[in-house]
Amino acid sequence: MYRYDEFDHDFVQARVAEFTDQVQRRLSGEITEDQFRPLRLMNGVYLQLHAYMLRIAVPYGTLNGKQLRMLGHIARKYDKGYGHFTTRQNIQFNWPALSDIPAILADLASVEMHAIQTSGNCIRNVTADHFAGAAADEVADPRPYAEILRQWSSVHPEFSFLPRKFKIAVTGAERDRAAIQTHDIGLHVKKNAAGELGFAVYVGGGQGRTPMVAKKIRDFLPEADLLSYCTAILRVYNLYGRRDNKYKARIKILVHETGVEEITRQIEAEWQELKDAELKLPEADIQAINAYFAPPAVPDRPEGDQAVKLARLDSKGFSEWLDQNVVTHRHPDYAAVTISLKGIGEVPGDASDSQMEAVADIAEKYAFDELRVSHEQNLILPHVARADLKAVYDALVDIGLATANSNLISDIIACPGLDYCALATARSIPIAQEISQRFASLERQREIGELKLKISGCINACGHHHVGHIGILGVEKKGSELYQVTLGGSADENTSVGEIIGRGFSSEEITDAIEQIVDTYLGLRLNPNERFIDAYRRVGPAPFKEALYAGETKAA
Amino acid sequence: MKVLTANRLSDGIAVWYADGGWAETVGHADLAHDKAAEDRLEALGAAALANNEVVDVNLIDADVVDGLVEPVRLREKIRAAGPTIRTDLGKQAGLEAIRAA
Repeated sequence: MYRYDEFDHDFVQARVAEFTDQVQRRLSGEITEDQFRPLRLMNGVYLQLHAYMLRIAVPYGTLNGKQLRMLGHIARKYDKGYGHFTTRQNIQFNWPALSDIPAILADLASVEMHAIQTSGNCIRNVTADHFAGAAADEVADPRPYAEILRQWSSVHPEFSFLPRKFKIAVTGAERDRAAIQTHDIGLHVKKNAAGELGFAVYVGGGQGRTPMVAKKIRDFLPEADLLSYCTAILRVYNLYGRRDNKYKARIKILVHETGVEEITRQIEAEWQELKDAELKLPEADIQAINAYFAPPAVPDRPEGDQAVKLARLDSKGFSEWLDQNVVTHRHPDYAAVTISLKGIGEVPGDASDSQMEAVADIAEKYAFDELRVSHEQNLILPHVARADLKAVYDALVDIGLATANSNLISDIIACPGLDYCALATARSIPIAQEISQRFASLERQREIGELKLKISGCINACGHHHVGHIGILGVEKKGSELYQVTLGGSADENTSVGEIIGRGFSSEEITDAIEQIVDTYLGLRLNPNERFIDAYRRVGPAPFKEALYAGETKAA
Repeated sequence: MKVLTANRLSDGIAVWYADGGWAETVGHADLAHDKAAEDRLEALGAAALANNEVVDVNLIDADVVDGLVEPVRLREKIRAAGPTIRTDLGKQAGLEAIRAA
């Protein structure tokens, strides 16, 4: 993985010193809240309902054991013993005192981490496929490009005061696990007919109150032109993006209002001015970054097949976990493991200090010291020898993180919602917990099959409800929480925005409604291999509306 | 009726104006029954903000239930108690500890 060079170390240390001084001046009253607010946001510090919240960047979701152990240490020493992994592959702490944040940032800097650009109208943490570097189906590891973008975008003077925040995601496989079409810029690493690496470029995706699927504006951008082309996009956005209305300030609105053809023309025109200048990536630089992401030298471990076969016979729990949470690796003797942070009835994405430390140990012992945070709020061990899977499983059982539910209905994305968030209008987490408990039976979940359920506690859509196969949006209506259901959303290579199915449900009704939707699907699917999303696309909303609301129509 | 709430500058903890200072629980917050009392609380809040004691100062609706002040809106109820999914955390944790003792 990427290691800081001297410049990176100096830069992060300088930022810690600068923010430490700013915090001290704020606490002493030398600067006002109005002056301090933009400074704290640039360093990932929010004020939420109960306390400050610190959001720490995990670049493209990649961590090592030492870093995760440090997050556990921070959780224990400065917070309340846990952290929350987010859909931007970051981690948030919910209770830090402002006066402790300089010490936290210093601790983070000691393991090459920081909280820079995790808030504010700048380019946020660049996200990537959580199986990057391990996936059997990838053309190239997307993380070197994400790292190049990170270096280019960090405190970029021209792009530090954009009309609104800006999010970039990169995938290196046809199968999109990074939700690139829901991003301001989505990059799909691919090869052209000549076998050269480059990108399909998508622009203008996003969720929030106006969900939009990104538009492909270039089918193939040569690798060397990554930064010049992204600069061209950002320049057009920075110049023409709306600053009069924050709800219309994202690039998706500019793309929508300008039209794809015209905005593509503008971007291409800007790019013509830039493409052969200093932003062209030298091959040597790309290779230098690639070298940081060289895959670990994984020795052949052919005994894995036999070991897995025997362990399956020995343990039903292991066998189920293997089927659900373990995926193919590019090396046949290895596998990539999803550590579910969605235990039945638990808070999606939360991990305790001791769990973080234990997972760090597991990564160091069995996974070449590599970890990923997925945008679906789970942790990933990208390189585990199949021969070691049972040992990893046993270690996860010991810390309560062996739930075999990856991609099933209880693998729910949920934002913090009104339990923590100052912007939320309704709670998300208790709804996720209740649904997870209702569908606790693994047998039932597996019968239902792949089902992406996503919950947001307000229209800002941090819980990605628009692109859930089943999406739930919590709003406040007449002083009570009301949950609106959308169906048919998807965040993969066939991205779609879900459709609102009808009137919302109270917190007491919503789990029954979800169960009714699921039962309706089970009743109409053509066969057990037809996933919920495929069945919905085939039949549309009518049968689900009928199941949910028919009684009301008849009564009325 | 209204009470004045804010978050303490140094640690961000939710506080309510009570009896000449900022209390960590809402139960005994100063109640404003009329416009004049609301204006007084708002002025106190503005002064505390200017004095760098607190941030995010707001007047919120409240009722009195069993002799204790309770916020009206769910958002403010959760601020006053803590996360509903972690009753071991936030103000409610302290209250439970007191009840258990």
